Amino acid sequence: MSSRHTKIARFQDQAFKYIGIFCTFFGLIMLAIFISSILKTGLSRISWEFISNYPSRNAEKAGILSALAGTLWIIVMTALVAIPIGIGAAIYLEEFSRKSRISRIIEINITNLAGVPSIIYGLLGIEIFGRILNMGGSILAGSFTLALLILPIIIVATREAIKAVPNSLREASYALGASKWQTVKSSVIPSASSGIITGIIIALSRAIGEAAPLIVVGALAYVPFVPTSPTSEFTVLPIQIFNWVSRPQAAFLVNASAGIIILLGITFLLNAFAVYLRIKRTVKY
Amino acid sequence: MKKRTKEKIIELTLAGCALLTILTTCAILYVLLFEAVKFFSVVSIFDFLTDTQWTPLFADKHFGIMSLLSGTLLTSLIAILVALPTGLIIALYLNEYSSRRFKNIIKPILEILASVPTVVYGFFALTVVTPFLQQIFPNISGFNSLSAGFVMGIMIIPYVSSLSDDAISAVPRYIREGSLALGANRFQTAFRVIIPSASSGIIVSAILAISRAIGETMIVAIAAGQQPRLTFDPTVPIETITTYIVKVSLGDVSQNSIEYQTIFAAGITLFVFTFLLNNISYWLNKKLEKKYV
Repeated sequence: MSSRHTKIARFQDQAFKYIGIFCTFFGLIMLAIFISSILKTGLSRISWEFISNYPSRNAEKAGILSALAGTLWIIVMTALVAIPIGIGAAIYLEEFSRKSRISRIIEINITNLAGVPSIIYGLLGIEIFGRILNMGGSILAGSFTLALLILPIIIVATREAIKAVPNSLREASYALGASKWQTVKSSVIPSASSGIITGIIIALSRAIGEAAPLIVVGALAYVPFVPTSPTSEFTVLPIQIFNWVSRPQAAFLVNASAGIIILLGITFLLNAFAVYLRIKRTVKY
Repeated sequence: MKKRTKEKIIELTLAGCALLTILTTCAILYVLLFEAVKFFSVVSIFDFLTDTQWTPLFADKHFGIMSLLSGTLLTSLIAILVALPTGLIIALYLNEYSSRRFKNIIKPILEILASVPTVVYGFFALTVVTPFLQQIFPNISGFNSLSAGFVMGIMIIPYVSSLSDDAISAVPRYIREGSLALGANRFQTAFRVIIPSASSGIIVSAILAISRAIGETMIVAIAAGQQPRLTFDPTVPIETITTYIVKVSLGDVSQNSIEYQTIFAAGITLFVFTFLLNNISYWLNKKLEKKYV
């Protein structure tokens, strides 16, 4: 009887090991199947014309030029707004604020903001930036919206990076007569920089993939021009892909696959860079 | 003196950056409430909660949020049925069975699943998963919540696995060693000792994953359909709250119209759900942190 128990227990133990391996790779295998399927449909569609053409009703002539340009505009503008504010807020919370009630409220608030669905930021954007500040469906309105969306990610990552800076560095700086800001600027930020950059890259790669909030703010589905200023109307790559997916003709699904290959290429490159930086940083301390 | 003023100005600027996050929350609440109040002056909250149809864009207008909410809950439920067991088993396996080296390598790789843009997942659901499901269940519709929910589940696996992993790693070593010393094997330790000890952390991971699924937009907009209906049948087209907001935003809806206000009424419903879930998990997490100190 007891030996049967041991046998069952040993079997469970071994079985769970294989179930564990299966589960660990389950999602990745699914992703591999998905990616190989789009590579099969989309890869042949990628050409210089696909990148340099405007969208068109004719699927074979359609390209992603305006979407790529829009994505570039949006990312640069979003970065310009979100990076200084995000780093500034994190520095304040880690280095300046006393552990008061208000800093606790800000902390809880940031956790909450990180959990707000992206489409709600779209509603915020269309009403505040689009309507009250009269920006309409412009690049500016879209970038401000995405900047608010990724702000919590940048703040949390920067705070983690600043926390990891050993106190001895700060004390050494103070001992040399540096002020608080000089210490932050010349000692803390430089040694936290790779962690901060990792966070920024992850946040921006999230922004590149977002479609929903920009659709709500009023980004267009059909843009036959390259935006020339921050007040231009625009589209981005994920919205262009969504537009193609929603059409019934199969030829547009091929275009969507090709667009996805390019979007995934950008996202994976950014994420790989972030992982590389993180590994380098772990080695450092 | 001048240096001190400069320091003060810098500190105030940085404080301004931090306060901007509070301002964002206030702005979100203001925007949602402002438009929703206008909406609820036309449509009674009672109708909003009890009507079984949602047809604001038709001539015969009905404003029953339940038909959107059921779609949202159905897709989220399917997603969590995929992600919770898978993510939890991953966390157990990486902590109790695999080597440290393997764990360190596989964790960032799993994060890839969460970094894929959602519009891409929507495309997969529509063009790969749905055709596959149609081979097994011939009656399943081209747009359905099963396929969208399944793919969404794959997307949120890393959320569950990494948060459960945090909870499981926080279980003190002596509890694990006590169990092994009593002759339990790794499997028995994992299921009878580790899971109960880490239970509140695992619940936190499940709640946050559900909250993420409820707010997810593009996967359901692409693959689950755009037909609001009060059903829990995973094989038919439905519409989620988020899909409705996208659908209206893509169309030409004039601001100040009741159609425009509906997206804020739908938005505030979504916000209330995610806000509650996030705060429950935050509170549980605080309790968890205290447990082993």
